[in-house]
Parts: sequence; C-alpha cells; structure tokens
Amino acid sequence: MTAISQTPHAAALKPEGDVVLEIHDIAKSFGPVAALKRMNLTVRRGRVHTLLGENGAGKSTLMKILAGVFTPTSGSIVLNGKPYTPRNPRDARAHGISIVFQELSLSRNLSVAENIFASHEPSRFGFIRDRALNEAAERLIRELGLPVDVRAKVGDLSIAQRQLVEIAKGLSLPADVVILDEPTSSLSDSEAEILFSIIERLKSHGKAVIYISHRMEEIMRLSDDITVMRDGEYVTTTEKSETSIDRLITLMVGRAMNDIYPPREAPRPSPETQPVLATKKLSFAGKFRDVSIDVRPGEVVGLFGLVGSGRSDVMKALFGMLAPQGEILLDGKPVAFRSATQAIRSGIAFVTENRKEEGLVLLHSVERNINMAGLGQLSGPFGLMQASAEREAARAEVKRLAIKTASIDTSTGSLSGGNQQKIVLAKWLQIKPRVLILDEPTRGVDVGAKFEIYRIIRELAATGTAILMVSSELPEVLGLSDRVVVMHDKSVAAVLEADGLTPETVMTYAAGIHA
Amino acid sequence: MSSVRDIQKKAADTEVRRSFLASPTVRQYGGIIISLAVLCVVFSVMSPRFLAFNNFMNIMQQVAVIAVAAYGMTYVILLGDIDLSIGSIIAVSGMVAAQAFAMGFGFFPAVALTLAAGALMGALNGALSAKLMLPSFIVTVATMGIYRGMVSLPTNGAPAMIENDTWLAIGGESFLGIPIIIWIMAVLFVVNHIILSKTIFGRQVYLTGGNREAAIYSGIRVDRIKIIVFTISGMMAAISGMLLSSRLSSAQTNAGTGYELDAIAAVVLGGTSLAGGVGTIIGTILGALIIGVINNGMNMLSVPYFYQLIVKGAVILIAVWLDVRSKSARA
Repeated sequence: MTAISQTPHAAALKPEGDVVLEIHDIAKSFGPVAALKRMNLTVRRGRVHTLLGENGAGKSTLMKILAGVFTPTSGSIVLNGKPYTPRNPRDARAHGISIVFQELSLSRNLSVAENIFASHEPSRFGFIRDRALNEAAERLIRELGLPVDVRAKVGDLSIAQRQLVEIAKGLSLPADVVILDEPTSSLSDSEAEILFSIIERLKSHGKAVIYISHRMEEIMRLSDDITVMRDGEYVTTTEKSETSIDRLITLMVGRAMNDIYPPREAPRPSPETQPVLATKKLSFAGKFRDVSIDVRPGEVVGLFGLVGSGRSDVMKALFGMLAPQGEILLDGKPVAFRSATQAIRSGIAFVTENRKEEGLVLLHSVERNINMAGLGQLSGPFGLMQASAEREAARAEVKRLAIKTASIDTSTGSLSGGNQQKIVLAKWLQIKPRVLILDEPTRGVDVGAKFEIYRIIRELAATGTAILMVSSELPEVLGLSDRVVVMHDKSVAAVLEADGLTPETVMTYAAGIHA
Repeated sequence: MSSVRDIQKKAADTEVRRSFLASPTVRQYGGIIISLAVLCVVFSVMSPRFLAFNNFMNIMQQVAVIAVAAYGMTYVILLGDIDLSIGSIIAVSGMVAAQAFAMGFGFFPAVALTLAAGALMGALNGALSAKLMLPSFIVTVATMGIYRGMVSLPTNGAPAMIENDTWLAIGGESFLGIPIIIWIMAVLFVVNHIILSKTIFGRQVYLTGGNREAAIYSGIRVDRIKIIVFTISGMMAAISGMLLSSRLSSAQTNAGTGYELDAIAAVVLGGTSLAGGVGTIIGTILGALIIGVINNGMNMLSVPYFYQLIVKGAVILIAVWLDVRSKSARA
C-alpha cells in the first residue's frame, strides 16, 4: 500500500476542500533565536498549498515540526480533527504525514528498493524478504512512472534520480499530507514534469500537498493556495487565481527597511581604483561557471543568490578550498591558492556560513578562539606563545566588538549565537585582512548583534578593507552593499548598482525570471 | 560553647575550602588525585611493604616507561586520533639499539639511531593517515603488526643482549639519589608540558583536535600537524623503549606488548578527551601514576596477571564513562 494506491482512510472519503491540517500560532525558538513566531496554516484535501518565503523565513523549521523532528515551543496542530503532537519522524509517518526533504537522506551503498523501504521492509521473522521488497519497490516506481532501476545502488544514480528515489520513499507509505521541500531544485525539466504529474495524481486521490519552492513559474502552475511567510511569521494566504508573481515577491521581501543599516563613513572608491580582489571567468564543474567579480578597497559588494545558486562555492574557491578554473587576481596579479593557509597569508579572511562547524572550537575559551587565526603574531622566540599579548589581544577585541561574555576564559559554546558570530569576526580582525569575505554574517543572530555586525562592516570598509558579503537576506544586501552581484543557476545573472535598487529587481534576477 | 571568634574562624575555613574546591586546577584534577590517594591507602592497608620508600622509587621507575610513551599518546589523543603501534615501536627501538651496539656504535650514535627509528615509524603512521585519509586506528592496527614483525628480523626472534654501560646506567644508576630513569621522565614531562601549553604548535594541536574544520578555515595545516604529532608519539615510544631495554639489559622481541593500552589508559584517566581538543600532560602523568600504583599494588598482593588485566580494563571503562558523562553534563 502506498500513498497513491491506498484505500483512503475513513476520513479521506470526505469531499475535496475539507480541512485536513490546521496549524495554530506555532512558535519555535532555538535559545534566544526565534525561528518561527505565531505561524498559522490551514491545509485542505485535494489541493496543493505552497509555502513561499525567503531563505530563513521559517519554512523548513515548520516542516520539521510537522515531521516530528522539532517540538514547537508553543501553539497547536490539528490533524484530521485530532490534536497532533508527533514525538519523532516515525510517529509523524504513522499519523499520515509524509515528507520529502531537500537534503538527500539516502544510503549510498544500498539499492533503490532498500532505500525506499528503509525502516519498513517486508519481513518474516526479522528477515527481510528480498523478493517481496524488490517487487513492492518495482510496483511503486512503475506507478509513479520514474525512470529508475530498483536494484541499482543509489550511489550509482545521478543527483536527479536520487531526488526521484527520495520522492518515491516519501510516497511508499499511506499518507494524508505529503510535504515536498524544494523537490525540483536538482531536477531537469523532464524529470520535474514526472513530479508534477505525480502531484496531480496525489490531488485527485484527495491528498493534501504542501509544496515548498523558490521557482515562481512552477508555483503559479501547481498551486491552489499560496501562503507567504516572512521572518518566521505568517504574512497572508491567497488563492492562486487572486494573485500574481509580482504581488507575491513584494509580499515575500517587503519588510520595512528601517535605519538599522549605518550610513557610510567614507566616500565610495572611484570606479577607476584597482580592485584588491578580482575574478575572471571563474568556473568549477558542477558548482559555478564564468563568475567575474571585482571588489575595490573600501567597497562592500553584496553577493545574492538563492540556495543552490553556487554562491557559497565561489567563496570557497576565493579562499583556496576549491581549485577553480579561470583567474583570481589580487592587486591585479594572478594568484592560485592551494590552501586556506595561503589565502590567509595574502590577507584574505573568510567568515564562514556555519560558525559552529567551520568557525569556532566551541569547547575552547573566548580567548583561544579569538587568537586562533593570528597565532603567529602573538608568539615570540622558539614558537612560544606570549600569554600576556594573547590576553591583551582578546580583551581588546571583546571590547571593540562589544562581545557579551563573563570573561575571556568562558567557553564559546556557552555564548549566544550573536556573540559567537562576533568572536568569529574578531578572529579575522586579528589578522587585519585586506579582503574580508562574509558568508551569511548575521544568520541566527539577534537584532542587536546584527546592528553591531553591520557597524563593524562599515568601520572596516572605511579603513579600506575590501568586503565581499554573501547573504540570503535581501534587505541586508541592499542596506550594506555598494554593488550587488546576483547569481542564478550557478552563474552571474546581473551586477547592479545598489543605489535605488529595489528588492523586486534583485529577486527577479535571482529567480531567473528577468525578461 | 562557641564564641564569635570560633564562628568567624569556621566561616573563614569553609570559605577557604570552597574556593579551594572551586579552583580550576582542583576541579580538573581533584577526582584523579583522590582516586590515587584512595588506591594508595587501600594498598598500604593490605600490604605494609607498599608504603616503603624503596617501593615508591620502584613504582616511579615502572611508571616512567609508561609515562614517557603516554606523553606521546597525549598529543595523538588530543588530536582525536589513536596510536596503537607504540608497543611495537618500543620493541623495535630496543632492538635498533642492541644492533647498533653489536655493530660497534657508541652510546650517542645509538641513541640518535633509536630516536630516528622511532620518529620514522611515527611519521609513517601520521603520513599514511593524513595523506591517504585513513583513520589512524586502522593505520596503526596495521603498523602495530608490521613493526612487531620487524623486531625479529635481525635475530630471527631471539632476544639481543645489550652490554653498553652507559645505556645500562639509564635503568640502573642514580643521580643525586634519584634513579636516572625518573630524571628522564621528569625532564620530558616539563618539555612536553611546555610544548603543549606554551607553543604555537601545541595550540594548533588543541585547535585541530577541538574542531578540525575550523582549524582548516583558520589556516592551520592540519595534515602537517598530524604527521608531527605521530612523529612525536613515535619518538616518545622510542625513548620508552630505551628505558625498558636498559632496565631489562636486553632487547626482547615481545617487549612493550600491550603498552599501548596502558598508555591510552593513562591519558584517558588523566582527563584527556578521546574526542580531542581537551587534556593536559599533567593529567597524563597522574593517569600513569594510577596505572603504576594499580600494577605495583596488585603485584605486591600477588594478584595473578589475568586478574590485573581485568581490573585495568574495568578502570579504563569507568574513566571513559566518567569522561563522556561529564561532557554530556556540560552540554
């Protein structure tokens, strides 16, 4: 029995349009950071309900709550008329909620069939019945019309085929609500068509589909209802027939741009100034192609693109973590960094997107973390560290960035996200970088710390640091940048002057719908 | 009857006791020092000879061989890695010395050769793990066997006698009333403590073990760090092998068997986290002392060897469990 072929639950016999899932005032906080505040959603049978919002608007958090991965901080959910509080993903599936995540969750060394039925394999006395397993998988794959061999190893499949297997896995159990989180981001047009026909059939079987995507055209084609989210909050729900792409984009990005962006402290460099950092037709197979960017001293260049547009990989290439084709020029001279060490020696600093994974040693003290990249300048003869210089340097940064910590000996793991992020910045300020690359510098950071970080960025620009900032928060990009480079589908879609630039214009380039 | 002064004194005492217990050093090593004290008391009660000064020196001499190997292991475990080949390196280095003397080399050339052999074997471990991206556990399981086999190559499995007087003096003579072997342990303690806590390299070891990704992004050459760390481990094992062969006056092909487990136990008992990034040489020497006291005490009580193995294994389990538990409490 699968999501499509099953005899419907008793409740499913009710006509189309019946409410199957109601979300009331759901909120979710991670420590001091609120990922979701008072979210409301009503999902009906036989309809595709699209969730629309920028990266970080809270869509994935909401889906993980439905999937039983997270427990909401407050609020309630009603499923088929009964209160719904899933304890874990298994429990969620048992209640008829099925999710296809955008991150691939398949085991590469197992076959397609084994992956599809992972955790509910047909078995007898605890032994898996291989033949029954393959037959059931075969039936499902045929029913869905997927071009995949059920006996093939997942590791041998293309990324698009794996995504299709992921979808089959999501539909392998009976479900009332099917959630698809950016299912088309790695699919080609023809494979996407297969998915769309599956969605149509789910609808005709009375299933509710919650659909998440950034692609406006497919949203307008598939959806019945569209709910817009922004900053973890519910904005509005409309029927597709009553809205337009332009209207949706305005709703999505249209937040008041207050004066949380400090003004420039020094005049912009003239366009004739030689860029500190420039790339010429930088490419890396499968990640990005023909990226040409330049950053002048004292300039803030924003790099905007949706998830999967290749922006993070460009950053890595500039920092010696990927070896791209094309040219990277530093002060007009070609350079080829083979490691982060070389990039740092040339004065490039990189505040990575994930501070916990790539930025900090959480077990170690504030002092240790701040001095992490500048060990060489804090040591004397025989490579001996100078304890007093270390402490002085750490204290100076704590003061300069207003890092809130009990002492410089406190372990960084115990600090708030905003203060952790400031420590990552402090680490790089120690080496007095000429080029500062920032990847999502304010992700998961509270408003106060955001403002501090913006102030520091401005200050650094005023002293001649060239700054390249990646952010998926459009207001931030527009509020801080002198120029904005927009990436779409792994290449540069536009380079725009930030003066008078509207979020709508940037979004149309980023979504690839600019005529 | 209690006067105001008594109460004040009592309050002051409590305060002193509290602040003493709250000091980072006591919090860090308090548990292990108490365990050490308890073990000593138990063994003294059960065997009066345990507390004799001679026995104390005896314990320290036995501890030295393990402690020196455990110094090297501390670097490896701080990195989040493991080195299972040091027992074999201990045997190889003894054999290298014996062969060097047999070929007519003097004391210092023999020492240099022994250290070089240990460094080479360690560097090979590190290079294989770093460059082929193999887990150090797998690499050193393999080289443990390879190095152990190599010990027997010169003598076909027979032990080799060592007759160099200077070499034998290491294990037999004293300086200022304290056995030379203990001086070596003490000097190496200071050297390794300074390297780990005061140098750039030491800092890089902690950072890499604490978060390898973050270390890479901060410009630390983590592969190079790993190779150096395993080289140090190999050299410390070679010195440990010198001490052992000197005490035994010979190079035995089965010398150092199982020492890797004692060294790991000492490091872990000393509070170094198997996940890497946290730990000290001070903890390691305290851990080695516990192992030494357990070995010595059980020998005094004539506990059969197989029971000793069971007790030591249980001690390691408890130590690791405490380590994990304290970490989850902190998180």
